[in-house]
Amino acid sequence: MIAIVDYRAGNITSVQRALQYLGEPCEVTNDPAMLRAASRIIFPGVGAAGEAMANLRAGRLDTIIAEEVRAGKPVLGICLGTQVIFEYSEENDNTACLGIVPGRVKRFPADLRDNGRLLKIPHMGWNQVAFRRSHPVFQGLPEGAEFYFVHSYYPAPDDEQWGIGWTDYGIRFCAAIARKNLVAVQFHPEKSGAPGLKILANFCRWGGEDAQ
Amino acid sequence: MLSKRIIPCLDVRDGKLTKGIKFKGNVDIGDPVDAAREYYEQGADEIVFYDITASSEGRDIMIDVVRRVAETIFIPFSVGGGIRTVEDMRRVILAGAEKISVNSEAVNNPPLIGEGARAFGSQCVVLGMDVKKVVKSPKTPSGYEVVIHGGRKYTGIDALWWAKKAEELGVGEICLNSIDADGTQEGYEIELTSLIATGVRIPVIASGGAGEPEHLADVLTRGHADAALIASMVHYRTHTIPEIKSYLDAQGVKTRMQW
Repeated sequence: MIAIVDYRAGNITSVQRALQYLGEPCEVTNDPAMLRAASRIIFPGVGAAGEAMANLRAGRLDTIIAEEVRAGKPVLGICLGTQVIFEYSEENDNTACLGIVPGRVKRFPADLRDNGRLLKIPHMGWNQVAFRRSHPVFQGLPEGAEFYFVHSYYPAPDDEQWGIGWTDYGIRFCAAIARKNLVAVQFHPEKSGAPGLKILANFCRWGGEDAQ
Repeated sequence: MLSKRIIPCLDVRDGKLTKGIKFKGNVDIGDPVDAAREYYEQGADEIVFYDITASSEGRDIMIDVVRRVAETIFIPFSVGGGIRTVEDMRRVILAGAEKISVNSEAVNNPPLIGEGARAFGSQCVVLGMDVKKVVKSPKTPSGYEVVIHGGRKYTGIDALWWAKKAEELGVGEICLNSIDADGTQEGYEIELTSLIATGVRIPVIASGGAGEPEHLADVLTRGHADAALIASMVHYRTHTIPEIKSYLDAQGVKTRMQW
């Protein structure tokens, strides 16, 4: 069974619907015992880092998620779930986060430009992700596939090697992270059509081993 | 770089499309879920539903439509029409819509925008704006006025002022409809779109007047729109989404070409 972490961070039923469509048994839960028993964990979320961290701590989910990542369970972070995996986020006047991956989450600079033209913030819509190496969770994607993003902050891992997928929006930022049994994406695979569903299907079959 | 989005708009009343949509083999589709699936498969980047239902029974039917759409397509979609409270928003979002849009409701009750943004995040709240060209005056210095109730009621509110105000109140996106261009199929209102799209920092979806692929190219370049809403030109199969995207690609306008 796949556990989808429920920590009151936005509407996470879309992840559940996508897994149901793929025929994968899943459960939306905030029960520590259920997260420990799950074969895999999806850690989604939409919203702000400050409130998300407060909710995670209140439910003791912060320690459970860190323990399960350390224990080697396959874990997939999505959007805000990805961001709070880092040490801290610039959102809400610097929020201390889970610290599972060394690095931080930064706000897009106010003066973000492309060819001189000021870019809109949030980065909202479809954009390409350039994958730097192969990985079981990101295999079988069509050349030039695009994914749906909605965010004003982006992950900046200390070690760029962990950034497996990179996206251009005024700057080049890390859109996908792969580190041992953890994969994490800034975009929404559950809202990214067939390529997004492919990533979710790959994750459901992945044992947690990295190709590297 | 970010792709420009192509967004079909479906009008729904009592759970049925108000105009049939012609698809494969010229079959007329009256079910919004089937229509959404067709457009999803054709490469729509997002879908907008506009619910013109008047009755509360009709609203319950719409919630069921939203739920079935969410189980069928895996791209973002928004629902607008008659959303007056945060509770109305919550029902639609929990049923599976990515975004809700408010139009007349936000003009009549501006705090609704902030309440929605705080409850669900700015990215969930779209401002629908219906706008008419007027003579420039101290009240409407931009020369465009916000109208409500489907274009029947002038508000005396300047369109550019309202767009900026709504951004400040917390909307994540604006869907800008030109009442003058709407239904003409003669092209979007470029001047208006450019004014609003460069006047705010949030994405702007251009609406009203699309008839030919050239119109989309124009509004996505000269009009500085981030996305283009389309209706009749695809509903009646005069054009298809892949054809529009190929045209835009040839014109150097980047859209999502793989789906």
